[in-house]
Amino acid sequence: MNSPKETGGDAVPMSMVQALRSAMDVMLERDGNVVVFGEDVGYFGGVFRCTEGLQKKYGATRVFDTPISESGIVGAAVGMAAYGLRPVAEIQFADYYYPAMDQIVSEAARLRYRSAGEFTAPMTIRMPCGGGIFGGQTHSQSPEALFTHVSGLRTVMPSNPYDAKGLLIASIENDDPVIFLEPKRLYNGPFDGYHDKPLVPWADHPLGKVPKGYYTVPLDSASVYRPGSALTVLTYGTMVFVAQAACALSQVDAEIIDLRSLWPMDLDTVVASVKKTGRCVIVHEATRTSGFGAELTALVQEHCFYHLEAPIERVTGWDTPYPHAQEWAYFPGPERLAQAFKRTAEAV
Amino acid sequence: MSSEHPLRLHVPEPTGRPGHPSDFSYLRLAPAGEARRPDTSVTAYEIRDLAYSLIRVLDDDGQAVGPWTPDLSVDVLKAGMRAMMKTRIFDTRMLVAQRQKKVSFYLQCLGEEAVGVAQAMALRPDDMFFCSYRQQSVLMAREAPLVELLCQLLSNENDKLKGRQIPVLYSMRDYGFFTLSGNLATQFIQAVGWAMASAIKGDTRIASGWLGDGATAESDFHSALVFAHVYRAPVILNVVNNQWAISTFQAIAGGEDTTFAARGLGSGIASLRVDGNDFLAAYAASCWAAERARSNLGPTLIEWVTYRGGAHSTSDDPSRYRPENDWANFPLGDPIPRLRRHLELLGVWSEEENLATIKELEAEVLAAQKEAESHGSLAKGPGPSAEAMFEDVYKEMPPHLRGQLEQFRQLGRRP
Repeated sequence: MNSPKETGGDAVPMSMVQALRSAMDVMLERDGNVVVFGEDVGYFGGVFRCTEGLQKKYGATRVFDTPISESGIVGAAVGMAAYGLRPVAEIQFADYYYPAMDQIVSEAARLRYRSAGEFTAPMTIRMPCGGGIFGGQTHSQSPEALFTHVSGLRTVMPSNPYDAKGLLIASIENDDPVIFLEPKRLYNGPFDGYHDKPLVPWADHPLGKVPKGYYTVPLDSASVYRPGSALTVLTYGTMVFVAQAACALSQVDAEIIDLRSLWPMDLDTVVASVKKTGRCVIVHEATRTSGFGAELTALVQEHCFYHLEAPIERVTGWDTPYPHAQEWAYFPGPERLAQAFKRTAEAV
Repeated sequence: MSSEHPLRLHVPEPTGRPGHPSDFSYLRLAPAGEARRPDTSVTAYEIRDLAYSLIRVLDDDGQAVGPWTPDLSVDVLKAGMRAMMKTRIFDTRMLVAQRQKKVSFYLQCLGEEAVGVAQAMALRPDDMFFCSYRQQSVLMAREAPLVELLCQLLSNENDKLKGRQIPVLYSMRDYGFFTLSGNLATQFIQAVGWAMASAIKGDTRIASGWLGDGATAESDFHSALVFAHVYRAPVILNVVNNQWAISTFQAIAGGEDTTFAARGLGSGIASLRVDGNDFLAAYAASCWAAERARSNLGPTLIEWVTYRGGAHSTSDDPSRYRPENDWANFPLGDPIPRLRRHLELLGVWSEEENLATIKELEAEVLAAQKEAESHGSLAKGPGPSAEAMFEDVYKEMPPHLRGQLEQFRQLGRRP
């Protein structure tokens, strides 16, 4: 937990982009071993502007551009981390990380284990994920389950600016490798799935008030985003706000758990909520089969079976590649969630 | 259209297979002493000839000739000789231990001892080696404790890697030896990242990355070259061309009609092709590359031309895919007798000293083996604690692993 001195000081309105930038700014300032790099990250400040101004402030040896080589970015980060730095590497889109899979799975995640602690990889790999920006199949994916399956990795996905900054600082300070997934549709506002409506900026949202200084949001801790009694929604990222919209639409008083850290996970919060409500809907944007929802379903039935009053439902992206023109037919929107909420709340 | 021919796929073949005589006519050779020694500040373009030539110091008679001859004291030469011999004696002993089923698996360095030993001696103790699985010679040159190596090979109760790695995949941080991966080429870009970190911090340490000719086909090799060049990383990029990747001839990795050193040129990296069985050339080229790295002149790629004298591993039988006695016909010979001949010419090595050194090293290895075996082996135990399997996955054991550990404990003796 944060000490009273480390609550970050004055809070100001920030978008998630600004909050992430602020987290890196704070850590570059505090720890000379932090370095930030990736494609277009240096001079330009990143295609989503998350690192804007950081190179100018900290110099090109601490914030720099890399060649277009995800395996190279992560492989070099492993070497830097083994040296003693705390690399914060950006993969421009989560969809681009696949060439780095070997370096993530066989190297970063395994260094501590295979060397029995002689070498470690305290590094953070940031990557924008999720759809909602008409990015088609190579700019929209949510690959979190490919990381949660890997022993040795931490997988984190914030849903708002306050958490984004606190979790990113905690990730950079963590001595394990952290995959930090940023729902890009949330970068500039709390998107609730109604894509025809104008963008709501973070400035109008309570979680868009972000302390300017240092604070952390602990890893492995979920938050109860919306208390409720009718059922428990287990979700994270963009779907937190879609679930909230679905509560209004369905008139179901759902308790929305924002997992924040997908793995290792805050099982206690999940179990307490499902035991309380007796009903559970799991929501993610990623494809369904072997998605992280499958793990959540298994955990809920292992730990809450005798408290369940209805089958666990999953609402997810379809098991197809993420389409371009059919984006909103693919995206699990408020209507799809609301139907599931009603079914689960009314099941006897 | 009479000029049209059906297209043909070219699948490279080695020059020799079982039942055929050795044929090394494909190897570009050069006489000892012929290759020029440029200033370390040259660009890759200015020395492109050295990526296709062959830097050699020791001639066929054991004389050191030409501009690459390093200025080495007799003590250093003898230390190099001794480390090479120790590597070979250790390997021989471990092959026997594998046949005796004391060790589950082993990989020898046979025939490639010079390059690792020479570079380890040319670099400083706090420089970091990112090796592949065939550079135990580095550990011998750095005098890593044999008992520690043996306990890892035996996967016994004193294995400091807690039984998690197959034999030979050492991690020896105190000896500047990065944890070995079973996946090929991953360490190459990590070496570059480590070197970049040293430069970012303004330190003086350099990195040394290693892989075989076969692994240059991996994308991590390419990433390493690009990053090393872009950031002028203080790293030596070593490619051990031992002609064979298990059963696959180096042409399948892309070595036909070109050299592996030439791979560096396209990336803008100063690249040398060196006789890997020539201890003096290996030492001199390593010093040249290290000087470049330490002077912020950037990376150097070195292709070491050598030959894998033994099987790929104890699970392999090269008589099924290589000509008989192929190594004996390799034009660059065996690094140990070649350095021995040179030392004899200098009058600082004799048959007596040779035999005495062998005897002494064998006794040292045997004593270490006995001590290590007193701590158990994989076959007979005692091994590392089974519960250790749950440790070090994360810095602190998370709840789900604590739960699984507890589940495991409750299984008692029936996991």
